[in-house]
Amino acid sequence: MAKKKRRSMLYIPGNNPAMIQQAGVYGCDAVLLDLEDAVALNQKDAARILVRSMLETVNFYDTEVCVRVNNLQTPFGLADLEEIVPMQPDNIRFPKTESVQDVKDFMKEVRRIEKEHGITDPKMTIHVMIETAKGVANVYEIAACEPRIDAITIGGQDLTADMGIVKTPDGAGIDYARKRIVMAGKANNLDVLDTVFADVNDDEGLKEETEYIKKLGFAGKALINPRQVDPVHEVFNPSENEIRKAYRVYSEFYKNTKAGIGVFAIDGKMIDAPVVQRAVTVLEYANIDIKDIEKSLD
Amino acid sequence: MTPKFKAQAGTFESSDIMVLIEPVAEGSGRQVDISSTVMLQFEEDLKTCINQVLDVMEIENVHLIAKDKGALTPTIKARVETAVKRSLGIQEGTL
Repeated sequence: MAKKKRRSMLYIPGNNPAMIQQAGVYGCDAVLLDLEDAVALNQKDAARILVRSMLETVNFYDTEVCVRVNNLQTPFGLADLEEIVPMQPDNIRFPKTESVQDVKDFMKEVRRIEKEHGITDPKMTIHVMIETAKGVANVYEIAACEPRIDAITIGGQDLTADMGIVKTPDGAGIDYARKRIVMAGKANNLDVLDTVFADVNDDEGLKEETEYIKKLGFAGKALINPRQVDPVHEVFNPSENEIRKAYRVYSEFYKNTKAGIGVFAIDGKMIDAPVVQRAVTVLEYANIDIKDIEKSLD
Repeated sequence: MTPKFKAQAGTFESSDIMVLIEPVAEGSGRQVDISSTVMLQFEEDLKTCINQVLDVMEIENVHLIAKDKGALTPTIKARVETAVKRSLGIQEGTL
């Protein structure tokens, strides 16, 4: 089965029933039901009850569902976990993760709640959100500290605020953080998701930024409006030419491997393991299962 | 349990429902007043859904006013639960 794509993750305010009930039809790969920054302080209780109720009932089809809870240092974090963990959304997101101890504290509560509700084989994974300078400094240790973490995400708005700088369109202030977080994620085989692009009227700017973060190695980008879905997918989707080339590389690799040949050439260019790995990634983004290619060649 | 405070939850936005709760004296029973943009089609469903939540939360004496803008069942249940919890003083919110 092809790896699940995370090109787009749409933020949906946790106290907005109209948007939550439509979350499965926006066409994004994932939605994030937000109990944190998108919810007013005096509506935190209403949002967590609404999100829990929606998770019980609403069909999100094949859209991955993540819930961002409040940090445990706030009066809302633990109450959020008590409502949401029993629902076992696909993932839960820990905001403002700064240290291994933060992850341990969160996981202690998550595991306690799962045990109390008889959840013995939890499928819910963890996303850690890095949005402070301290978090960036500790990201390698954070990424490696908990096996249920399967994605890291950078929070650009909070990070620039923490650094005391202005977030500029060229992303200069968070460039080092982006690269460091990507490397920490890759070193631990995790997906890394980029921060939001705040100007919903600037499609060109969104595309430029998405092309840049794709080159850095991000798996996808957080979005704040459904109209941002298509421009981001256009950037992440491989071209027809790239798909044809990847298909040929993988086919030749499979045939040569069966014949006991490790390294081979296509059109005079050497094809080795890294080239094959890149081809597999392209095929995954094109929704082509390599098992189907193998079957067609057997 | 009997609500102690006036409380509300929800909004007047489309697909939402505004639920207001007023405390009443012990023994007064339930009074549920509903208005909805889909009253003709769903009045009974709305009443059933609201009463189910009140049953589960063991609320016998209450005056509940609901102004519905086409909310789905999970939204109705969530808003009633929130309003009741606020009225019981279990949690804080918009009062």
